[in-house]
Amino acid sequence: MGNITLSKVTKSFGDVQVIPPLDLDIREGEFVVFVGPSGCGKSTLLRLIAGLEDVTSGEIRIDDRNATELPPAKRGLAMVFQSYALYPHMSVRKNIAFPLRMAGLDKAEQDRKVEAAAKVLNLTDYLDRRPGQLSGGQRQRVAIGRAIVREPAAFLFDEPLSNLDAALRVGMRLEISELHERLKTTMIYVTHDQVEAMTMADKIVVLRAGNIEQVGSPLELYHKPRNLFVAGFIGSPKMNLISGAEAAKHDAKHIGIRPEHLKASKESGVWKGRVGVSEHLGSDTFIHVHDTGLAVGEEDMVTVRCDGEMDARHGDTIWLTPDMERLHRFDDKGLRIT
Amino acid sequence: MARAVSTQRKALVTVVAWVIGIVIFFPILWTILTSFKTEAEAIASPPSFLFFDWTTENYGEVQARSDYFRHFWNSVIISVGSTVLGLIIAVPAAWAMAFVPGKRTKDVLMWMLSTKMLPPVGVLIPIYLLFRDTGLLDTRIGLVGVLTLINLPIIVWMLYTYFKEIPGEILEACRMDGAMLKEEILYILTPMAVPGIASTLLLNVILAWNEAFWTLNLTAAKAAPLTAFIASYSSPEGLFYAKLSAASTMAIAPILILGWFSQKQLVRGLTFGAVK
Ligand SMILES: Nc1ncnc2c1ncn2[C@@H]1O[C@H](COP(=O)(O)OP(=O)(O)OP(=O)(O)O)[C@@H](O)[C@H]1O
Ligand SMILES: [Mg+2]
Repeated sequence: MGNITLSKVTKSFGDVQVIPPLDLDIREGEFVVFVGPSGCGKSTLLRLIAGLEDVTSGEIRIDDRNATELPPAKRGLAMVFQSYALYPHMSVRKNIAFPLRMAGLDKAEQDRKVEAAAKVLNLTDYLDRRPGQLSGGQRQRVAIGRAIVREPAAFLFDEPLSNLDAALRVGMRLEISELHERLKTTMIYVTHDQVEAMTMADKIVVLRAGNIEQVGSPLELYHKPRNLFVAGFIGSPKMNLISGAEAAKHDAKHIGIRPEHLKASKESGVWKGRVGVSEHLGSDTFIHVHDTGLAVGEEDMVTVRCDGEMDARHGDTIWLTPDMERLHRFDDKGLRIT
Repeated sequence: MARAVSTQRKALVTVVAWVIGIVIFFPILWTILTSFKTEAEAIASPPSFLFFDWTTENYGEVQARSDYFRHFWNSVIISVGSTVLGLIIAVPAAWAMAFVPGKRTKDVLMWMLSTKMLPPVGVLIPIYLLFRDTGLLDTRIGLVGVLTLINLPIIVWMLYTYFKEIPGEILEACRMDGAMLKEEILYILTPMAVPGIASTLLLNVILAWNEAFWTLNLTAAKAAPLTAFIASYSSPEGLFYAKLSAASTMAIAPILILGWFSQKQLVRGLTFGAVK
């Protein structure tokens, strides 16, 4: 249970094609994350799978059954919305029980499952409250509770944590990962957050303007980005992309080096530059280096990550040395050279 | 928007609100006071405000001369009937326009509202003739029909704005939870729209209760509601201010009481949901 296959799926709003023909295979039990810049069609793709939008053409199969024409209620999927979308006129208990009620379970069975879900999600004390009387984190839990009681074929999440503060977000991230470990149910998760994508996913799907740029495990994407777009998109801070003479030295149109694969020194190195802003996080220091003479795009800035503290003042001269093993090379079409 | 308001400012606003309130309420108060005066005192100049011989003889006379309860029942049937009928038509209409809008939905809404800009007297003759030829003149059914049509645009508009406030994601969530259209309407939409439907109902009962143009022109005796009851005291028998006031007081009392007990809903209704 939980295979989802999209073949040649397209979606247009009016004359605008938001999703060009797209194929995607999601296997049972996988945790798949959709990432991509704003407006690239992540939500649209998720809503197509959910059945909340109709495909313009193509086919969606869920568990080897053609689901293209099925209404959302009949697809057996559960969704957690960014706004939580709880039913304001129902208690938490009724909210969580709603999918069970729709499935026609008897009252005792409903109660048993609601209690069980509430226990897992630490909601037992809140079951008789209305959603309006809960904090953001608690509401999020109710939304997840409502999704898990029914034991769906797959869970769909559309940026479920983006309305929570940073600390809560980390906590909920772990809870969702934990839930996935325990339930082993397919999950499809849309996010803007690099860390969420890297830490939670079995498989990341990078989208740009509705096109799939690359599909792979987080580390595959990190170590072997298929093209310049993925290279620039995955990783934080982003990879330094250099073109021009320096790239030509490596028989490439563009080369890329991640901030963590550069070594900074005050005495010697391969590239020389001037320190701009440096960000001290305690565990590491990010230094933004200018005037390197490298062709690094318009902002003329190379970012380097140093372990722990690095004493670098604005205006200091600094030397950078790339780790040649970790250098990425791209051809004139922006594709990775292997 | 929370804002610190000085006590001085608060007092000023309170005074102004009371003054406006009294100015608006004064004619009603005067009518009620006049209804307890004798005819002579009612036209006395200068008028006495509170110090006159209080009497209830006007009420007795009004009740003796015409049957208040028959008019009252006609008013109830016409206003409630037209509102309920209007809601039955308007709920699905507003639903469709709010949740499955088409290209022309906005135009249809505007067109419906534009019918309220037409002076009713402009269609009086055709409607009168239609009523005469179909035997609807002076019938409750006829009035229910006409008032339903007159108020339908307002009912649809009010419901439409309420339904629009319901977030689409909640409806999508219930579809994901396995609800088909019937369950969606029954368990999610209707309960969430109940406050809106209630204030629409109230407001329209009041509008229909107070409607005078059509009720006066299309009734004679049988189906005449309270508006006709008041009007019958105004002209033909000369000026009997005290009795006219007694009749008016009896006619507006039910709606005043209804309005008093449903203030909150009404305010929400009148502001089209802008005040929560
Ligand atoms: N109902 C709609 N009608 C017309 N265009 C739409 C509609 N929904 C989405 N779009 C367009 O489709 C594109 C993809 O939108 P989508 O919401 O899927 O982006 P997204 O990747 O989820 O973005 P974000 O990260 O900002 O949530 C956007 O250009 C958007 O303007
Ligand atoms: Mg989105």
